[in-house]
Amino acid sequence: MIMLDAKSPSGPLEAQWSGYRDHLKLVAPTNRRKFEVVIVGSGLAGAAAAATLGEAGYNVKCFCFQDSPRRAHSIAAQGGINAAKNYRNDGDSTFRLFYDTIKGGDFRSRESNVYRLAEVSVEIIDQAVAQGVPFAREYGGLLDNRSFGGAQVARTFYARGQTGQQLLLGAYQALARQIEAGTVQMFTRTEMLDVVVEDGRAKGIVTRDLVSGEISSHAAHAVVLASGGYSNVYFLSTNAKACNVTAAWRAHRRGALFANPCFTQIHPTCIPQSGEYQAKLTLMSESLRNDGRIWVAKEAEDNRRARDIPERERDYYLETRYPSFGNLVPRDVASRNAKGVVDEGRGVGPLKNGVYLDFSDAIGRLGRDAIEEKYGNLFEMYERITGENPYEAPMRIYPAPHYTMGGLWVDYNLMSNVDGLFVIGEANFSDHGANRLGASALMQGLADGYFIVPYTIASYLAPHLGETVTAGGAAFQQTEKEVSERLARFMQASGKRTVDTFHRELGQIVRDECGMSRSKAGLTRALQKIPVLREEFHANLNLAGNGEGLNMSLERAGRVADFFELAELMCIDALDREESCGGHFREESQTSDGEALRDDENFTHVSAWEHTGDASSPILHNEPLEFEAVQLTQRSYK
Amino acid sequence: MKLTLKVWRQETKDAPGALQTYEVDDISPDYSFLEMLDMLNERLEEQGQRPVAFDHDCREGVCGACSMMVDGQAHGPQARTTTCQLHMREFTDGDTIVIEPWRATAFSIVQDLMVDRSAFDRIIQAGGFISVNTGSAPEANLMPIPKDVADDAFDAATCIGCGACVAQCPNGAAQLFTAAKIGHLSLLPQGQAERDTRAVSMVEQMESELFGSCSNFRECEAVCPKAISIDWIARMNRDYLRAKLKGVTRR
Amino acid sequence: MSSIVKKAIMAVSGFMLFGWIIGHMTGNLKVFQGAEKFNAYAEFLREMGAPLFPESGVLWLVRGTLTLALVLHVWSATSLTLINRRARDKDYETRKGVQLDYAARTMRWSGYLIAFYIVYHLMHLTWGNVHHNFVAGNPYANLVSGFQVVPIALVYIAANLLLGMHLYHGLWSMFQSLGLNHPSYNLWRRYFAVTFAVVVSLGFISVPVAVLTGLVS
Repeated sequence: MIMLDAKSPSGPLEAQWSGYRDHLKLVAPTNRRKFEVVIVGSGLAGAAAAATLGEAGYNVKCFCFQDSPRRAHSIAAQGGINAAKNYRNDGDSTFRLFYDTIKGGDFRSRESNVYRLAEVSVEIIDQAVAQGVPFAREYGGLLDNRSFGGAQVARTFYARGQTGQQLLLGAYQALARQIEAGTVQMFTRTEMLDVVVEDGRAKGIVTRDLVSGEISSHAAHAVVLASGGYSNVYFLSTNAKACNVTAAWRAHRRGALFANPCFTQIHPTCIPQSGEYQAKLTLMSESLRNDGRIWVAKEAEDNRRARDIPERERDYYLETRYPSFGNLVPRDVASRNAKGVVDEGRGVGPLKNGVYLDFSDAIGRLGRDAIEEKYGNLFEMYERITGENPYEAPMRIYPAPHYTMGGLWVDYNLMSNVDGLFVIGEANFSDHGANRLGASALMQGLADGYFIVPYTIASYLAPHLGETVTAGGAAFQQTEKEVSERLARFMQASGKRTVDTFHRELGQIVRDECGMSRSKAGLTRALQKIPVLREEFHANLNLAGNGEGLNMSLERAGRVADFFELAELMCIDALDREESCGGHFREESQTSDGEALRDDENFTHVSAWEHTGDASSPILHNEPLEFEAVQLTQRSYK
Repeated sequence: MKLTLKVWRQETKDAPGALQTYEVDDISPDYSFLEMLDMLNERLEEQGQRPVAFDHDCREGVCGACSMMVDGQAHGPQARTTTCQLHMREFTDGDTIVIEPWRATAFSIVQDLMVDRSAFDRIIQAGGFISVNTGSAPEANLMPIPKDVADDAFDAATCIGCGACVAQCPNGAAQLFTAAKIGHLSLLPQGQAERDTRAVSMVEQMESELFGSCSNFRECEAVCPKAISIDWIARMNRDYLRAKLKGVTRR
Repeated sequence: MSSIVKKAIMAVSGFMLFGWIIGHMTGNLKVFQGAEKFNAYAEFLREMGAPLFPESGVLWLVRGTLTLALVLHVWSATSLTLINRRARDKDYETRKGVQLDYAARTMRWSGYLIAFYIVYHLMHLTWGNVHHNFVAGNPYANLVSGFQVVPIALVYIAANLLLGMHLYHGLWSMFQSLGLNHPSYNLWRRYFAVTFAVVVSLGFISVPVAVLTGLVS
């Protein structure tokens, strides 16, 4: 029986992390090089952790499937990063950032973790600035802030619309410095295909060299997964094409619990789908909602052009329904409302699948130059993709899967229930509860990588001093064998359909039944369809080429196979959670005016799922959530 | 739309390669260039043929993975646009499009349109960073940086490391990439301590990777998806020459 | 040695050659003041620096420096060309220039041709070995009789057009290579290059044209 122990420290929130840190075990500088640490992923969390552990003197091996660590998907984050610096003197504080994050997550995250996140947020900004990250500045030369994604204080630091890029480059450069110093060994174009677990402890990983096809093992005293989220289960999402759940899922199959898989975030401001073959959806930074006004026509089937619809026939539905937050309501609320008006037939654009995001007022008030200074690159991107000029006609936007709050279960040390297997960044479930606030993903990835895991991993490693690790043992051989056999099975399939056709079909099911709105009937339907499609996938797959050497179809097949199992778990979790909270909206659980209705009595817990060997029958473990510093309230943004 | 594609196919690094011709139809003008290639690949797979390998990931023009010469121009005909953001409405029905990989001695071909750009990583490893260990940073607002300096540094820092500059340069030079990276850090006060060694180390690493020299053709800035200016190259030359006059050597 | 240093050597040696070219062109324009002034100027070149320096001493110093500059200019160009060839082991099947201008693209060829022209020019008007009617000590006469041969005048005109083109790219490029740039002055670098490319080219060409049209005889 798995016992979930969050290991949260006791005592007043503000003293927890420092008190805890003071009593963590240490590894002496001269002993650090005796430890091998494997890090999977080189995004914000992975690169930050690899650089920091390398600086400390550990032997680090870092893996990414891209051709360079600098291409990890963190690079695409646009809007910004939160930090409780209170530079604006507008009442921000660590507590407020903590409270906003807990409340934004609809009270489905752990108090102690979230408070720590808010606490270290300020150090991240210091670190990034020292690395040369060119954050936006005011004329006085000090850092600029903006209010973002529903926050009532301006605590978001940003670098035009490319904050993720700049922060990732900072972390990547720190990583590059350690590669040069020889403390970090970098493996690019290398995908982790399994984790080696022996006697309940993570001992290393098995990887495939994506160019040569070679399978190899890497032993370590500790394994850190920083492999990102799983939005690509939806096929169409804002994630990069190759983002996948494989590292996390393989760890799950080896015993790590998967927590709250149904907590996914649908981002409200993306460019609507334009056609059948579309490969991905593009996000337009949420910061656009600061100046853009969202509307649709009051009447359904209004086919006039935007500018021909007079003011009185427009429905600025967010401003009307949520007078105090208006267009800045949290992401889940904005998304669900957009879905609502589109479902009513009031959608805009050629496919009637979007809502307007209109800048004409802002341009009138601030001038075109000011808008261009703030959003120029976003407007340009929009025009490139749609062929429409947003300075003249309003943008069309629609929600798209974007971020996944669920992930592998971790304790306060960011360690999963498998000893020595740490999970950081989007790959874990820890800090965002049922909904993530804007500009908090970058914060969490970097907090985990720079400031949390380097401490907790040392404490884990300290007692293991003197143990040698090698990749030659029986557990490694067995895991390597299983990996090779699995790949061989994909190659042997001699069916008719390509990987992408399956992925597209799976994505459609998950989007329809486990997307912005979920119901018992829909989820039950999905749980019937997914296993059937999965069977067909394994029987009727058509892969060209062979397993030796570069084979992009084979890479995708492995990832999609894991998405199939994950999709089922998401639906099982969504079905089990008979309440609405954050991004998880169960149609059966809503207030009279259609807002999400939580069921605190029965669902104030983390649902952590254990794999049983059969994807259809996982075992549920609950980690109860206890709130001492905050009062559970029904979120209201009216 | 119906198009004729001539795509460079090459199995491995050392295998011989050649342009192969494919006809693709039913292309919507709203597709991105890479979605058009996805479609080609799906059809190839259906016929049991090996799909065309190409690097791509974010498809939002920021990761820098996509990299191909489209009709003799890095990232294709649209200015300031990566291949993933290039849309088929830029082409006309019946066009023939030649697609080749980046070509430079420093970028060996992995397969088809996919090349090895790890030389760029090694240039960064040589000194493209500010040495600051985690936890040792001072308070962020301790050092005001004039807005225009921060903005200029940002302009250089937007480089996505795609390698279009090298691909387009008649000399196969990596000056624009290296200069942008050096420039970003050398402009900021935080980067001053290592300014000289950084310039020397990165330039000399760049040269040891067998990139070409700069003839001031300005082709790099013309195809740079982030419109990074060759002014940065002049700045790098200045930094490098000054450091050499001071007798600074590689780190 | 770094290619950046080589480019700097190319820029500095090029600038020295350019400085001399300006002087040479200005001197050439004395042809419009008649034979006496022109020949006197030629004589001055030999006596320049005297009596502090021996006769022709400064002239040889200048010649030596110029030869060195020319050697460095050609050496750096050759060395950079070899680096650039090595940098692309296989060329594209199709390639387009985006904003590549003709002058920049043809620097190597204009350079080769100018080098040949310099040798020819020296053999023609300095040493006289390819001149049909060379009179030692009377440069004015040599010049006029030399340019009265139409094909020769045309060679000179063509060569100086090439020189103008070479300077158009070279002079601007020099600023880049030496890292001399500033947003406020960047445009002036282009004006500088255009102005001197045109002035030098036209200045030199005016002489054979004047002879051909009979303005100078």
